[in-house]
Amino acid sequence: MEKNNKKAWLYLLPALIFLAVFMIYPLIDVFIYSFEEGYNSASQTFNGYGLYNFEFVLHDPYFIQAVKNTFILVVITVPLSTFIALLISLGLTSIKKLRDMFQTIYFLPYVTNTLAVGLVFMIMFKPTAYSDGLINVLINWFGGNTVDFIDGPYWAKMFVLSFYTIWVVMPFKVLILTSALASVNKDYYNAARVDGTSSFRTFRKITLPMISPMIFYLVITGFIGAFKAYNDAVALFGTNLNAAGMNTIVGYVYDMLYGEGGGYPSYASAAAIILFAIVLTITCINLLISKKKVHY
Amino acid sequence: MSTITDYEIIEKRAKLTKTLSKSIIYALLAVWGIIVLFPFYWMLLTSVKSYGEYSSEAIPKFITLTPTFENYQLAFTAVPLADYFVNTIIFTVATTALMLIIIIPAAFAFSRLNFKGKNMLFMLFLSLMMIPNELVVITNFVTVSSLELRNTFTGLILPSVMSVFYVYLLKENFSQIPDELYYAAKVDGTSDFKYLRRVMVPMCKPTIITITILKVIECWNSFVWPRLVTDNEKYFLVSNGIQAIRENGFGRENIPAMMAAVVAISIPLIVLFLIFRKKIMAGVARGGTKG
Repeated sequence: MEKNNKKAWLYLLPALIFLAVFMIYPLIDVFIYSFEEGYNSASQTFNGYGLYNFEFVLHDPYFIQAVKNTFILVVITVPLSTFIALLISLGLTSIKKLRDMFQTIYFLPYVTNTLAVGLVFMIMFKPTAYSDGLINVLINWFGGNTVDFIDGPYWAKMFVLSFYTIWVVMPFKVLILTSALASVNKDYYNAARVDGTSSFRTFRKITLPMISPMIFYLVITGFIGAFKAYNDAVALFGTNLNAAGMNTIVGYVYDMLYGEGGGYPSYASAAAIILFAIVLTITCINLLISKKKVHY
Repeated sequence: MSTITDYEIIEKRAKLTKTLSKSIIYALLAVWGIIVLFPFYWMLLTSVKSYGEYSSEAIPKFITLTPTFENYQLAFTAVPLADYFVNTIIFTVATTALMLIIIIPAAFAFSRLNFKGKNMLFMLFLSLMMIPNELVVITNFVTVSSLELRNTFTGLILPSVMSVFYVYLLKENFSQIPDELYYAAKVDGTSDFKYLRRVMVPMCKPTIITITILKVIECWNSFVWPRLVTDNEKYFLVSNGIQAIRENGFGRENIPAMMAAVVAISIPLIVLFLIFRKKIMAGVARGGTKG
């Protein structure tokens, strides 16, 4: 094929300009910011380079709270959502009637505005002056006491946040797993049936190994997504997440950057880099485990 | 005689087990269906209850016999919901259009043209897919602020345009078009640009439509960037708008009116989804990310 260097670069130019300005330059800059000590956003000056920003962030109680919240959220939602999604997908694959309808319904949360629908969850869980709210009415029916899920105890808030997060991420997981299950070669199942293999054994010895790469893909993307949780928390608890004690790492980054406690891009950068390091580490650990467990 | 009855009993039992397990599966699927749908039902229901009716229900009722549309009227008059819609539409259309203008030539260059350093550049492109938005948003915010582009559409749109992943998706699709077509067009004296416009784009229309829809969904729901660069209500998108409504909305905590706003914001995408259901689901299965 002939070489057309100039023309090719011309076609690529707009994309390259956008990438350079809004991705590559910021990526380099964020590391520089994170080492600039005493940055003043008004005068755009700083004192020198060092590790002070990281030290500050790691000792900030709000950051420690945010890390704790994020880890709890990850540990609860990633395994639970993957497991429920697997159950639902197995159910979906084993039926014919109404399958399309169920699939359409299950996908709905994907196309809804997380901020907007979060408000519906908030009003369902929040007791107000005139009513305990829907969920509390149900709890009372079963003999429990009213709990304030939005302004109340920590674990009540964590429960709502985890529940909403799972509700939001489920469509993607169900979709990926149902298409993975549909692509398993039917011959394996027929062979197992001829041999009289029990359905549980078929699942463990055929289905699970065949779809393990996809499960693994979901676990990795699930970890990455859950570590970057922010919108769900804002939808439920409002923008002042520190006051609610429900901030996430990403929320901390944005709070440092902008808003009431904002104006500290250096601290924000340090926190963002710590987040990136955590995500990278967890992804690497996942990859190492997968080498042993996943059947390709 | 007895062997036949034994056989019948076994068959009956097998049938019973099968029906039973099917029923359990359907019941479980229905439970999740209800969990998914119930919030939608609840927001619709609450949005047609009047403020007085809603606040007088100590135990919320599951149906209302006196539906009212006053909340919708209130949502579009008491708060600038209509403006939020217009802003979001401008933002979505401009961002998506700009993205297509930029990524189509780039994908073409990677799939069709031959140039020095192509493979290395493409690897660089792919590695950029791993960069989380959270890392670059900080500098972008500082850049946009120092250029005094906060509270402008330029500041909102430009950093949201580029999507490396869609370049990759489109490049893969472009590469499937047989080379023979390109050489035939060359023999006829067709220019590269004309070939791209007349042959490649029409042939890859399904992928382009999928990319467009996914980008529209992303734009409609974007919250973080708009929140950072706009603090003037005149430039709020729906996500920020609903947050503003929640915090100081209707002068009092008017939940039915708030739910009317939520319904109004949710409807466009749900309609889009129901129209393009197959395309959206196939597109997301190939490379959507959320969660």
